[in-house]
Amino acid sequence: MDLSQFVAALTPFNIALALFGVIAGTVVGSIPGLTATMALAVLVPVTFSMDPASALILLGAIYTGAIYGGAYAAILLNTPGTPSAIATTFDGYPMAKRGDGDLAVALACFASVFGGMVGALALLFLAPPLSKVALAFGPVEYFWLSVFGLSLIASLSNGNLMKGLAGGAFGMILSTVGVAEISADIRLTFGSQTLIGGFGVVGALIGLYCIPVLIDLVAVPDRHLKVEENVKSVRIGDAFRLALQSKFNLIRSSVIGTLVGILPGAGGSVAGLVAYSEAKRTAKPHQKFGEGEPDGIMATESANSATVGGGFIPTLVLGIPGTPPDAIVLGALLVQGVRTGPAMFTQSGSIVYTFIYGLLIATILMLPIGLLIGRYAYKSIVTIPKAVLVPTVGFMTIIGTFSIRNSVSDVIIMLCLGVFGWVVARFGFAASPIVLGLILGPIAEQGFVQGWTIGAATHNLFGMFFGRPISQAILAFTLVTLILPVILARKSKDRMGAES
Amino acid sequence: MLKRHFLQCAAAIAIFANVGIASAAELKGPVSYVIPFGPGGESDISARFQQPFFKEKFGKDLVISYQPGGGGAVGWASLNGLNGDGHTIMGVNLPHIIIKPAQKDVGFTTADLNTFYMFHYTPDAIVVTADSPYKTLADLVADAKANPGEVTMSGSGKASANHLAQIKFDKMAGTLTTYVPFKGTGAAVTALLGKQTKAEWGYTTVGAKQGDAVRMLAVAMDERHPLFPDVPTFKELGYDMSGGAYRGIALPNTASAETTKMWSDMIGEINNDADFRKQMLDGGFAMLDVSAEDMDAFMAERVEEYLNDAREAGLIK
Repeated sequence: MDLSQFVAALTPFNIALALFGVIAGTVVGSIPGLTATMALAVLVPVTFSMDPASALILLGAIYTGAIYGGAYAAILLNTPGTPSAIATTFDGYPMAKRGDGDLAVALACFASVFGGMVGALALLFLAPPLSKVALAFGPVEYFWLSVFGLSLIASLSNGNLMKGLAGGAFGMILSTVGVAEISADIRLTFGSQTLIGGFGVVGALIGLYCIPVLIDLVAVPDRHLKVEENVKSVRIGDAFRLALQSKFNLIRSSVIGTLVGILPGAGGSVAGLVAYSEAKRTAKPHQKFGEGEPDGIMATESANSATVGGGFIPTLVLGIPGTPPDAIVLGALLVQGVRTGPAMFTQSGSIVYTFIYGLLIATILMLPIGLLIGRYAYKSIVTIPKAVLVPTVGFMTIIGTFSIRNSVSDVIIMLCLGVFGWVVARFGFAASPIVLGLILGPIAEQGFVQGWTIGAATHNLFGMFFGRPISQAILAFTLVTLILPVILARKSKDRMGAES
Repeated sequence: MLKRHFLQCAAAIAIFANVGIASAAELKGPVSYVIPFGPGGESDISARFQQPFFKEKFGKDLVISYQPGGGGAVGWASLNGLNGDGHTIMGVNLPHIIIKPAQKDVGFTTADLNTFYMFHYTPDAIVVTADSPYKTLADLVADAKANPGEVTMSGSGKASANHLAQIKFDKMAGTLTTYVPFKGTGAAVTALLGKQTKAEWGYTTVGAKQGDAVRMLAVAMDERHPLFPDVPTFKELGYDMSGGAYRGIALPNTASAETTKMWSDMIGEINNDADFRKQMLDGGFAMLDVSAEDMDAFMAERVEEYLNDAREAGLIK
């Protein structure tokens, strides 16, 4: 590594590309249904007529921007623009509801830039050693990681554990519909062609989160979000102070995001959820997660942005892409004749380092751009009359869902899930546990089946599931997450009993 | 850079030489190339390799998009509903399009698909890590015979090319190995490199991608792969195995005979480009040239072979 690649990355043309990429990515990411994968897939041919490093900078910038853009819809419409932003809705939307949407958007921007920097720096300095993390994670580790993720349901469903668990179980059942990923069985389709593709996560997100918001917007006469008359711009100063106070949360969440990002098959949504769960577990007593706690947004957004850099570590070092966008960048690299693998950093070093520097530059550019776009996004969502907002968003949900894989079935499934989500919400069932089950179900199932197959073949089932150090650590975290709140609740109850 | 200029010149010459032929003229705009899987797999990579050659030879963009779902079934079931004017094509994979419809009604049959060219295949291969105790195929067979079931082998999916190869090989060698299905080749390789399994049923492309990190014990080809002159074929070692996962491209069945012919010629032209072939072979792929007129015979042969294998393996009734 030397600085000549940094200078190479800093040409005006490359900076212009990074600027364009971040803007385009943010806009794409903010629209539910339009994903970074799609934007990248369309733009890859550009890399053929361009200097490879420049083209890669463009692709990296779009990816970074898209992950951040997902936060807008999460905060302002309670709809994660990308799966990575699921946990952003938990506190982001409550903040927007009470009139702090501008603050939430600015916080998300600071956290994303911080997380993105941590991930990119890890990629720059620690890629070869960190890539071993990807290999240390076997089927059983993925199984326990998803169980850990599911344990979040307990802390998410404040006081309504049974309903939360029922939602999670329902989500896991939904995840089994269609052609099973590894066993190739066709399950629970009841002979219907509509269901053969299963319940896609992005479509389910749009249905379960966005449709109920739309129905409520029509059903309730109030304004969409509370607006304070005197506030004219995004509260950058407040947000910066809050971010500074939460530096430990930001660092921890970014490290979690980087590490989870390295695991192929986990991704931004799991990273955001794990970081959120850790932030909540270590919360101070006055912090109310789930009711508009700024730390919740910062944990999720820094973690999911850190997965961008983290995800490129196995992609570049091992040639194993962690996420679909990584896979597309890997494809672009292969067509350019770059051979991935441990030798890549020495053989094709200049392209790779220029790309990493470009990713860093794009992340830094995201700060001004994100704040600027955030301001307009907030203002337009707040000031737009309901009569315009509802049809616009409604139209977007349908187009967005259809565009995932040009499938009308997906649109039908999305609308049905939306109405279903709205109805069960009347009875106290939240959308998040269902979505958690839908995302984590397949990871848990595959990990379990593979772990069991290997364990049975080697006559060591118990050791397979409980004897491996990483598994034990994840299991311990899960138990702490599950049991600690119960003990704390009992203690505070005792204290209250003693006082009265 | 020089190479790119050379390619542009070559493309220009090719276009001038083809002026009299109507083939390229029938394409009015960009072509949508649908991959019925997610990005990053062998189908995606080979399509990405075709993309620049198509643009250079025929002057139109090939726009790749992904429609994953149902192990490809979502895409293939939708293919014949798409416009057949030649501006939409879709990748097809063997054995998927043969095994899937034989298992259950998945919205398409093998015969429904208007496959006009099979352009490559990834030969089956047994892959182990560089530091594995299995130095040769014989080592693995010996271990599998001494410890029935304890040799675990990762692979991509069930009822897939990898799985069929495992079953077939076990039968030939008289061994009992344990097949562990993963979601795609990438995950199966990760499991191998992380030593979760003792070996992998993969393809020659894995050997090309992972380089020194892995060793291939044998490849299922008639002759050795040019990229791996030191890796024996199964046939050399006494196992009559040759084949793998075949990939091609299909049009909606509403496409006219002329359109199908045009596409078959175009993909054939790319396939015979020396630079394209080199890129594919360097990636570990094996070339295949089955054009539209030979497709029916080729498919009939494969259908019989795969259905027999799958029936014997108990994967279909």
